[in-house]
Amino acid sequence: MEGNTAWLLTSAALVLLMTPGLAFFYGGMVRSKSVLNMLMMCFGAIGLIGVLWVVYGYSMAYGTDIGGLFGNPFDYLGASGLMTAAGDPTAGTVDIAFQGMFAIITVALIAGAVADRMRFGSWLVFGGLWGTLVYFPVAHWVWGDGGWIGEMGALDFAGGTAVHINAGAAALGLVLVLGRRVGWPREPMKPHNLPYVMLGAGLLWFGWFGFNAGSAYAADGVAGIAFLNTVTATCAAMLGWLLLERIRDGKATSLGAASGVVAGLVAITPACAYVDTWGALAIGAIAGILCALAVGLKYRLGYDDSLDVVGVHLVGGLVGTVLLGFVATTNVGTDGADGLFYGGGAGQLGTQVISAVAVMLYSIVIAALLGLLLKVTTGARVTAEEEVAGIDEAEHAESAYDFAGGRGGRPASVDTSVVSGGSKKLEESKP
Amino acid sequence: MKLITAIVKPFTLDDIRAALEQLGVLGMTVSEVQGYGRQKGHTEVYRGAEYAVDFVAKLRVEVVTDDANVEKVIDAIVGSAHTGKIGDGKVWVTPVDTVIRVRTGERGADAL
Repeated sequence: MEGNTAWLLTSAALVLLMTPGLAFFYGGMVRSKSVLNMLMMCFGAIGLIGVLWVVYGYSMAYGTDIGGLFGNPFDYLGASGLMTAAGDPTAGTVDIAFQGMFAIITVALIAGAVADRMRFGSWLVFGGLWGTLVYFPVAHWVWGDGGWIGEMGALDFAGGTAVHINAGAAALGLVLVLGRRVGWPREPMKPHNLPYVMLGAGLLWFGWFGFNAGSAYAADGVAGIAFLNTVTATCAAMLGWLLLERIRDGKATSLGAASGVVAGLVAITPACAYVDTWGALAIGAIAGILCALAVGLKYRLGYDDSLDVVGVHLVGGLVGTVLLGFVATTNVGTDGADGLFYGGGAGQLGTQVISAVAVMLYSIVIAALLGLLLKVTTGARVTAEEEVAGIDEAEHAESAYDFAGGRGGRPASVDTSVVSGGSKKLEESKP
Repeated sequence: MKLITAIVKPFTLDDIRAALEQLGVLGMTVSEVQGYGRQKGHTEVYRGAEYAVDFVAKLRVEVVTDDANVEKVIDAIVGSAHTGKIGDGKVWVTPVDTVIRVRTGERGADAL
């Protein structure tokens, strides 16, 4: 028990680190005038969902089943009954912490779609309501005792359905209501700091080992399988994305490498304990190529998903979840199932598709309705003028970069004419 | 006195600095700038979306010098910055009324 607890504690910390990693992955992709807002949307999700999860979210996901739809929010209200040093912490406090990190990053993932334009307060309201109405119940559907998707026999080891399809679909629903950024797609909105993007992708990958291998809830062979497949599929996805770029655009790009890594991580998430190496390679390579193609859809269909949350997370999540119906195998010794290619027939494939489509539709609809609600109440977007000038200044009264101090800035609340001292000149230089 | 302003390819800076040092030029100002002339911009691709980047990264080198040294300084900069390919840059000369050294208050050629 101590070994398992140690690994789950470590994994929880790793999964928390994914959200700052995501913040930099996204933050590098926006323009320099909105990087702080992007970081803040991710950090805001940590603060907000962290509180909601401990107070009632965990209970809504893992409390006593109510109709297969959600858990009783009062069972473990404020971690009551589980806040004890006795018993197995991987079924108590550490479980709450570990799963809380999943809730946090799922909400943070959506932020990439609404970059540059969503009011910070409205984002937090959206995050809180979407977490309550969508993530907490869907986590119950997939992983809670009695949840209808889990009962149906759908496989989702670490969150392909509950996290990635869910967040990607919410992103689509929200941007359809929010609308395009001023100037999109006519004006160039190229990434302002690709090294941030690569750094963020690296942190995400590192943290993802906790996400996937931690979901074994034990320091055992299942964790080992999940860990190894998280390497294999991710590497294959990076190669797939780069190969497609090389053929289609002429060059393999650093943004493509970072995006391929994330696409592979997303796709292997539901499958990581249920496939062998060949399955992991197939899922990774297909995800890398399909996601690289899918990020172009927004230009054809006209929705402004700023940082391709739909193209990477919804599509990547669908690839992993649906491909499990083909390449899942019990040969690896985990309690998964056999897919179509491993003699299991089409039954598992059907189950996977139903679970994916159900979560996708539910999340799109609720996210769009929440977006509409915000639009007519608090206002979902900053004004066009604020958006053009930069959301960092409008929403946070800060600017990200001032390398040489050339932007100026004196204390506005201090009357400098009556305050002595503070001279930048060294005392010795005075005559 | 004259202000000599040169817009050059960034990688030529080391050669320019060395050549000017040989002439006894004691200071210069270098800044990162963007622009275009005959050499138009280039294309960048992000997640498959092409962007036409109109402005090319260049360095602006500024040197103030005595009238007597103007031709030598120009030759040193042009000689070091020349590659013969499009985009080598421009050099222009403007008259300067005076120069003041902030630390001592010296004026004119003494301040160079």
